Amino acid sequence: MKITLGAIAAVALSTAAIASEVSPETVEFTDDGVAVSLTGVAGDPVAGAEAFKNRRLGNCLACHANADMAGELFHGNVGPELDGVADRWEEPMLRAIVVNSKHVFTDETVMPGFYSLDAGKDVAKDFVGKTILTAQQVEDVVAYLGTLKE
Amino acid sequence: MKRLLIAGVVLAATFAGAGPVLADPVDDTLEIDGTPIITRTAAPEGHPFDELYSGWLFRESETRDLSRDSFENPGMIAVEDGEALWNTVMGTEGKSCATCHEDAAVSMKGVGAKFPKWDADSQKPINVELQINKCLTEQMGAEALPFNKGGQQELTAYIKHQSLGLPVEMDLSQGDMQSWWEKGKDVYYTRTGQLNLACASCHETAMGKMIRADHLSQGQVNGFPTYRLKSGLTSLHQRFRGCIRDTRAEQPKAFSDDLMALETYVTWRGTGLSVETPSVRQ
Ligand code: HEC
Ligand code: HEC
Ligand code: HEC
Repeated sequence: MKITLGAIAAVALSTAAIASEVSPETVEFTDDGVAVSLTGVAGDPVAGAEAFKNRRLGNCLACHANADMAGELFHGNVGPELDGVADRWEEPMLRAIVVNSKHVFTDETVMPGFYSLDAGKDVAKDFVGKTILTAQQVEDVVAYLGTLKE
Repeated sequence: MKRLLIAGVVLAATFAGAGPVLADPVDDTLEIDGTPIITRTAAPEGHPFDELYSGWLFRESETRDLSRDSFENPGMIAVEDGEALWNTVMGTEGKSCATCHEDAAVSMKGVGAKFPKWDADSQKPINVELQINKCLTEQMGAEALPFNKGGQQELTAYIKHQSLGLPVEMDLSQGDMQSWWEKGKDVYYTRTGQLNLACASCHETAMGKMIRADHLSQGQVNGFPTYRLKSGLTSLHQRFRGCIRDTRAEQPKAFSDDLMALETYVTWRGTGLSVETPSVRQ
């Protein structure tokens, strides 16, 4: 009985979260970036750090060096170092970069859009219609990026 | 919006330039058993790069050393296996490759450097793998070898190895090669998969950069089949499929029109580099 109640509560919670979630198609980009949280739930920088380095999630280290993660092997340099990135960009712009950096840089950028359905040709079956990160993972990564100050 | 961002982009560019820069191919020269190998050369006209670099120049020194010496190169076992197959009777006609082509060191010298070629029969480009299948089915009464099976890679490595040191040199004036080149160029610049990356994103825009532990080369094909230390002998279409899979896209079939066009175009991108088969990679 307890279990059932718990399960119902969990379902109720997750539908609530999804109801207020901004879908990838409706993210609003302004001159300042993406001002509104995608979920309304504050990002968790610890979960964000995990999503950042996890190869199946952000895999951000594939392209970015990050001194805060000096303990991790193999930092790429396809993109700039992210040390002090929060001194260079405000939160809305960091969110815009993670959601779809093509709106911030140019269409030519090598950086994937992590909360965008604007993907390439022939997306593999398992990934069709899916974003690389969930809305909450984006919020978590953005919260983590916010800690990278010099 | 874009204007506001220029400051940020300039900053980004400055930061990309800072720190340990591993941007360049190494300054090293390659000779394999006394044969000089062209690992840098001026690009042909119309090429996006000025200078072409073999993938060998982007590997660690221990990996580079394995390519220098046939006794050390683990890929040479495949070449020996290919030689054995060359002399093996296959099919209902009782023939081996050697029955018609005799000594490969003579008959196949330079051949591998000129593929893909135009195949008038199929009205398509043909690569070494498909030429082997053509001889098996049309000359020998044997079955075509399935992709990467039955010694296909070994025979291909053996044939290409006969051109060691010779510059890659395709003839795009044959048949319809030019339009396949164009089609291959389209494939090369088309972004695929959930990660939305094209071949050019990694091998042109980010050439010389590190992507995790990998030093991005120009994605040249002159060393194929290559011997990868983590996975053994690797055919070209296997490599293409792997790179496409890494963009989280569906993988095209080996020898499909898209990959034959890509092979045609990418081979041209390495015009003038020496054949290095079987080159060693990480
Ligand atoms: C495949 C390469 C690649 C991956 C993966 C990647 N990025 Fe980037 N990123 C770039 C490039 C390249 C740039 C620079 C913009 C440009 O030149 O187009 C960049 C720029 C940035 C910037 C702006 C940096 C500055 O100093 O101005 C931030 C922030 C950023 N990326 C965060 C991330 C995060 C967070 C992730 C993972 C969730 C990530 N990137 C994954 C390639 C990548
Ligand atoms: C009965 C004769 C015969 C046999 C046996 C034979 N071939 Fe061929 N091969 C040919 C002929 C004829 C051509 C040229 C016409 C064509 O492309 O089919 C050719 C062409 C080739 C070429 C291209 C040469 C060039 O200059 O472009 C290669 C490579 C080749 N064969 C490999 C092989 C291999 C490997 C085998 C054994 C598996 C083999 N052949 C068996 C007759 C033969
Ligand atoms: C996400 C990045 C990425 C993309 C996109 C990509 N590759 Fe690669 N490719 C690599 C890496 C990493 C390697 C191994 C290191 C190297 O040789 O550059 C590699 C290796 C290669 C090699 C072997 C080079 C050698 O010397 O052994 C070839 C050929 C190649 N790629 C062709 C392609 C083609 C063609 C495409 C597009 C269909 C493509 N790649 C797309 C990352 C990529």
